[in-house]
Amino acid sequence: MSSKVALTGNEALAQAMRQINPDVVAAYPITPQTAMVQTFSQFVADGEVDTEYVTVESEHSAMSATVGASAAGSRAMTATAANGLALMWEILYIASGTRLPIVMPVVNRALSGPINIHCDHSDAMGARDSGWIQLYAENAQEAYDNAIQAIRISEHKDVLLPTMVNLDGFITSHAVESLEILADEDVKEFVGEYQPENYLLNADNPIAIGPLDLQDFYFEHKMQQAVAMGDAKQVILDIAKEYKELTAREYGFFESYKLDDAEVAIVALNSTAGTAKAAVNNLREAGVKAGLLKIRVYRPFPAEEIADALKDIKAVAVLDRAESFSTNGGPVFADIRSVLYDIKANVEVVDYIYGLGGRDIKVEEIESIFNDLQEIIKTGQVENRITHFGVRQ
Amino acid sequence: MVKPGDGYKDIPIGGLILDAGNAKEYKTGGWRTKKPILDKEKCINCHLCWAFCPDISILSEDGVVSDQIDYDHCKGCGICANECPVNAIEMVKE
Amino acid sequence: MKLKEAAKTSERFTGGHRLCSGCVAGPVTNLIMRASKNPAVVGAATGCLEVSSSIYPYTAWKDSFIHNAFENSAATVSGVEAAYRSLKKQGKMEEDFDFIAFGGDGGTYDIGFQSLSGAMERGHDMVYVCYDNGAYMNTGIQRSSATPKGANTTTSPAGKVIAGKQQYRKELTDIMAAHNIPYVAQISPFKPQELMKAAQKAFETKGPAFLNVLATCPRGWRSRAEKGIELTKVAADTCVWPMFEIENGEWKLLYKPRKKKPVEEWLRQQGRFKHLFKRGNEHIIEDIQEHTDKRWNYILERCGERQ
Repeated sequence: MSSKVALTGNEALAQAMRQINPDVVAAYPITPQTAMVQTFSQFVADGEVDTEYVTVESEHSAMSATVGASAAGSRAMTATAANGLALMWEILYIASGTRLPIVMPVVNRALSGPINIHCDHSDAMGARDSGWIQLYAENAQEAYDNAIQAIRISEHKDVLLPTMVNLDGFITSHAVESLEILADEDVKEFVGEYQPENYLLNADNPIAIGPLDLQDFYFEHKMQQAVAMGDAKQVILDIAKEYKELTAREYGFFESYKLDDAEVAIVALNSTAGTAKAAVNNLREAGVKAGLLKIRVYRPFPAEEIADALKDIKAVAVLDRAESFSTNGGPVFADIRSVLYDIKANVEVVDYIYGLGGRDIKVEEIESIFNDLQEIIKTGQVENRITHFGVRQ
Repeated sequence: MVKPGDGYKDIPIGGLILDAGNAKEYKTGGWRTKKPILDKEKCINCHLCWAFCPDISILSEDGVVSDQIDYDHCKGCGICANECPVNAIEMVKE
Repeated sequence: MKLKEAAKTSERFTGGHRLCSGCVAGPVTNLIMRASKNPAVVGAATGCLEVSSSIYPYTAWKDSFIHNAFENSAATVSGVEAAYRSLKKQGKMEEDFDFIAFGGDGGTYDIGFQSLSGAMERGHDMVYVCYDNGAYMNTGIQRSSATPKGANTTTSPAGKVIAGKQQYRKELTDIMAAHNIPYVAQISPFKPQELMKAAQKAFETKGPAFLNVLATCPRGWRSRAEKGIELTKVAADTCVWPMFEIENGEWKLLYKPRKKKPVEEWLRQQGRFKHLFKRGNEHIIEDIQEHTDKRWNYILERCGERQ
């Protein structure tokens, strides 16, 4: 039995963590994730979970202790945002390279400097090559659902990779939404008992983790990791299917919103996808064939599937809530454009870097982006390949 | 045990080593230029050489220091000879 | 425990590790591990001990071992220990374990300082061992905050106008004692029984324990390989490395030289201090002597010993 509740995104994730009941959580507070770990600490204080909560002195130690706990053979989680994720950076690679199935909510926030506590994706986008699976969520419901599925994805024997469960800082983390929470026993059954094959706390079969791995084997270990990331794709779909049977909510690599007959489309992640849906609806009413592709699984990148979904679109705008400073567009743009090149699609792709440091993007602004796409189709000319959208001159 | 030349499908994931203590199979005796010889006649069984050996190469059986030194791993540092209170260990050229 | 009895304990750290010939981190590790009576999970910070004991596909550890990174061996082992407490509390495991984190002085005094402080403050039931060889030896002898004043290192070289490291070393043992953890000791391997006894106390302590152990590095100290243990005795006799423990707040001296020797005896046997004996540098040796005396008197006073 699930129940309908009104929660903030942070509370929804704290509820997911309570229901997952990890053996260890090692976390450090950071805006806008704070309410999540505070709420979870209360669950620990009230004995509602079996979790040992390690109140570390930094995010670096949060990830380090989580790695230790996971390697020890326990189910271990943490959560962070922005500069906290940046401080974890070194250990993110160690967690994935050591093949530890850690699940971590990341409440997306701008990276300093100058310091800014509001939403953008510069934190998670910077970590896109760290070997973590990355899931993104439009709202609190999706973030909650992703967190529960992430446990199964990460711990799958064909995967054994950590997962970041992303949600937008303040927009999703602090807004109260109505969502469905599963019954505790259903989550318990869905995630199951964690049964690692090799782990530190096994006196009968002691192991060594994290050796000095030189020219003779390091590459082979990285190859294994690459293969696992590839294999994660099928696992993500299988687990989504199982989750649908439990919840009737459907998840895939991405959501195609009115994309089938679309001529112009937007690609977006997280909460902006909700805004974009409103824009698509308005344009559809005005007779414009507009659509949206909302990415849920950004790592592994579902390249072929995205290429297939976009192949018949005439003009696509990628919304990047992070500046890569490559001078060649944002990170999502680079990935999308690259897959379309492979299939030689006759489609123009442009990039809109937007919303940095929590600057709002409104429905009418997204409509104006669709207008730009129509102009491209009409003239056959791309005036600006990369636009910093909403910034003052 | 992982062998040189094993492919990525053949080895445990993530650099995991499943054979705890297998460094013993790796011989460091070749680093040595001088080797310790223990004279049992002089030895007072104080076990200082056993305690100080960086390479766990002075062996003790049932509380008695053996003159059978583990030359597979002894690197010939000479700490045992230097610390022996009765000069029962001599370092000789290999 | 008599050494011949200690020799009957089982080997936990094997030969075939690739520490340099004469590296004193070897016996320090061997003896401390033998003092543990339970299966252990060992963590190590990036450094000499770590790289030389776990070169894939080999491990010199007979217990479970984890290396995570340079600055986080305390945090990593705290996570392992938290997992143990959680699993035990839930009835998912029964066996007793010891938890031990090793770090060199670079990984402990410097880059791992915060992680260590956090783990000790949180009260994890673990033993942290710093094998202090007084510089970043693994990367080629760069100065750390544990490097003694005057030492020539590759980042505090003795030059025409600067005579090696300018600062005195940080007294990390005191800082650990200020964490009010139940057991702290600063010890030396030339007294192997004392070392094992301190390690045993550390393992038997409920809560965090910290051991700071002097470990000669013949490469970095520019000393002879066979002198590794002897030099740690000279360090104790000249009082540059006092041996003491703080058990539940009580300071106790563990070694008092019969006759305190001048620091020159310590400095002279190591190439890293060679430049201090050049004409014009006498005052540096005098300063070091004065600093050592002051520090020794402080330790004596804390330990309730007469000067």
